[in-house]
Amino acid sequence: MNIIVCVKEAPHSESEVIISKDEKGVEREILTLGINEWDKYALEEGIRIKEDNGGKVTVISLGSNSDDVLWESLAMGADEAIKISQDTFLDGHNTAKMLADVIKEMDYDLILTGLMAADTGNAQVGVMLASMLGIPHATIVTGIEMENGKLTARRELEGGLEEKVEVDLPCVLTIQSGINEPRYVSIMGIKRAKKKELIEKEGIKGEEYAELIRLYKPPVSLAEMIEGSPDEVAEKLLEIFKERGLI
Amino acid sequence: MKEILVVAEIRQGEVRPITYELLNISKCVNGKITCILLGNDVKEIAKELADKADEVLLIQDDSLENFNSELYWHALKEVIEERKPYIVAMGHTSMGMDLAPYVADQLDLPIVTDIVRIEEKDGRLVVHKYVYNNKLLAELKLKESEGYVLTIRQGEFKDEVGGKEGSIIERSFSPPETLKKRFIEYIEPETVGVDISKADVIISVGRGIEDEANIELAEELAEMINGVVAGSRPVIDSGWLPKERQVGISGKTVKPKLYLALGISGAFQHIVGMKDSDLIIAINKDPEAPIFQVAHYGVVGDIFEIIPELVDKLNQ
Repeated sequence: MNIIVCVKEAPHSESEVIISKDEKGVEREILTLGINEWDKYALEEGIRIKEDNGGKVTVISLGSNSDDVLWESLAMGADEAIKISQDTFLDGHNTAKMLADVIKEMDYDLILTGLMAADTGNAQVGVMLASMLGIPHATIVTGIEMENGKLTARRELEGGLEEKVEVDLPCVLTIQSGINEPRYVSIMGIKRAKKKELIEKEGIKGEEYAELIRLYKPPVSLAEMIEGSPDEVAEKLLEIFKERGLI
Repeated sequence: MKEILVVAEIRQGEVRPITYELLNISKCVNGKITCILLGNDVKEIAKELADKADEVLLIQDDSLENFNSELYWHALKEVIEERKPYIVAMGHTSMGMDLAPYVADQLDLPIVTDIVRIEEKDGRLVVHKYVYNNKLLAELKLKESEGYVLTIRQGEFKDEVGGKEGSIIERSFSPPETLKKRFIEYIEPETVGVDISKADVIISVGRGIEDEANIELAEELAEMINGVVAGSRPVIDSGWLPKERQVGISGKTVKPKLYLALGISGAFQHIVGMKDSDLIIAINKDPEAPIFQVAHYGVVGDIFEIIPELVDKLNQ
């Protein structure tokens, strides 16, 4: 089974973020970066499917700074890594197009992506990729079963409800966090992976769908901030509990 | 007049609340609101929606009983190509995420997902959406196009419209003979333990709890103030609390008297599930954590220093 997993570099959820002076981006040096959280679950899932069914996992990443995430992916267990040295931000269509251009030339049975990226919050690329490749898809996948060449996916809906769908192969699945427990990768493992060569592919960007006017901070919070030592904070919380009749 | 085509969201015979929010887009963009309703035996729902839309397009077929993006696409394609709406609007939900990017790519329409605000500036569409883990907002001006696909975030378009008495027009639909994706069944959530949606006091823990062993700290506090312990997605994903304790879009919506958020950053999927609580107190190390945007009281600090102090004081 040939499995392709799309991964990208993205900031960790607790990373500090500072808007750059031109308001069109963020200060890259400040960010705590790594494999996009959802992509990590997708990669782990891909590796597990390979371990159970045999085959190959190829990771592919779009981004001029994607070397580190590709090496980490190889260290996790991917067999090959492809890098497309192009950068996009919110334009999911361009991202999907450049990935599709490369994937079209490959042999694949299953394509996995993260549900979304932490920086864009778009959740577009996987579905667009399916559309461009002319194959079916399922999103927000929390479980995959494979039996006699048939793939069944569990999709997360709202309010704790899930659904089961059967999808023909090849297909694209976008993976929700929590589907598995991604394996730990040691620094030594990454060092070893760095000996492998990244396969470079060209990407040709199309017209952008939208112009980013600016990035800005959300409106100031309305919360009353409680300050002081832990003891003082606890005292104040106790007062609030009493006022509200909670204790 | 420009047309805004809203794709209604229904599941298990009920209208999803996002549908009403989508119909409110007419408050932001001038245009005729057409609501397209796909389903099986849903005429009564169409009547209900007609109060908030200028027109309801009703497509009924056995095959549309449950959502399937492949079938929805076939039904929508014809309508969109024929009417060329200015905006095709869906929710940024399990349905919209599965469908909207596909529609946009197939019809080569610009798309922006998960938007919280829509404006028209100098005749161009300008939208706002959260980026970087909900810590920043982006303002985007869309390129000129005959039409656009937009998905909206739940809870952001609450300004209700009504009294429209729109017409209902039925359309026929013939599903494709073979499908590449087939709906099989729903899997209902398990309900065995505590029902957090019934609790008056919720101590909710997030990524900041750092380790499974630290959940005990929250449990100790909960016991002293008659509360229950719940969690945000990362804690459930890690298996530190059962799924039924999850607060948020994919878990439970809660409205307790006190919601104490410990180390929860506040992704919108979480916030939607707890923002209507009577009293929200958030403790987080990160002063920029989005949870502070909905909290009544906020503490920038270390839960591992503050909570033990609080437990001590309650003990006295």
